[in-house]
Amino acid sequence: MLEHFDKAFENRVRLQIMAVLAANERYDFNALKELLGVTDGNLASHLKALEKVAYIEVNKSFVGRKTNTSYQASEKGKKAFAKHLETLENLIKQQKQ
Amino acid sequence: MNHEQLQSELLSIRNLMERSAKFISLSGLSGILAGCYALVGAALGYREVYGFASKMGYRDHYVTEEEVLVKLIVIASTVLLLSVGTAIWLSARKARKQGQGIWNPASRGLLKAVGVPLVTGGLFVLVMIVRGTYGLVAPACLIFYGLALVAGGQYTYRDVKGLGVLQIALGLLAACLPGYGIIFWSLGFGVLHILYGFIMYFKYDRRVA
Repeated sequence: MLEHFDKAFENRVRLQIMAVLAANERYDFNALKELLGVTDGNLASHLKALEKVAYIEVNKSFVGRKTNTSYQASEKGKKAFAKHLETLENLIKQQKQ
Repeated sequence: MNHEQLQSELLSIRNLMERSAKFISLSGLSGILAGCYALVGAALGYREVYGFASKMGYRDHYVTEEEVLVKLIVIASTVLLLSVGTAIWLSARKARKQGQGIWNPASRGLLKAVGVPLVTGGLFVLVMIVRGTYGLVAPACLIFYGLALVAGGQYTYRDVKGLGVLQIALGLLAACLPGYGIIFWSLGFGVLHILYGFIMYFKYDRRVA
């Protein structure tokens, strides 16, 4: 059953990132960092991984002179996350029987 | 993964989605205090207008007198500033206890949603005061505040939306019954705030404290 799980979501932080981006139109780097309680480097590497499989999109904008990097879930990412949740739910249902 | 692990995993994901999109540090206690400030303010305002010298039902003064009007505006502004200050202070304290900041995408969304109806209402009320049409000031305060809460409810606890609907209803009722502005104002900004403050305090604050 576990082989149906998305490889991209094997890591907990990646799954959490997708959950946040599924619930919000977009989220910026610092807010994600604070919410998930992870380090800069850790978050950046997981974001890179999700970007690589095209589950998230990156937007860079300027707030004054500072760059503000925000992320949003792609259609592909949203679908994959919904499927992952569904798999979890089905698994729970099956175990109940 | 066993059954419990799966279920707690799913629950933690759903919890995170909720937490990321909603400002959950809004303090119920600040609602109770805001209601108390409003009641004290309303009592002071009532004394300014109706006084204690006359028998029941007869006024000593009218809102149209400039001196009375200035005093009422000062009282209302003080109540507003105290309420907003308390809300920010207590919510920041609650956020710190939850290990979160007060400035995040959810609180920004909340401010943006609340801002439009609130600023519109504030300006509209100012225009009414300047033009000397005082009759609908109290209903307009309640209606626009209610609209702001309904709009902001999306970004915080759902109870806030319910409070907004009640404020709007009270405002419309007040508009139908001229002369009872201060009573409806006290009910909306005083009693309802205290009531909802208590509900939210017991539902959400105590878990954190």
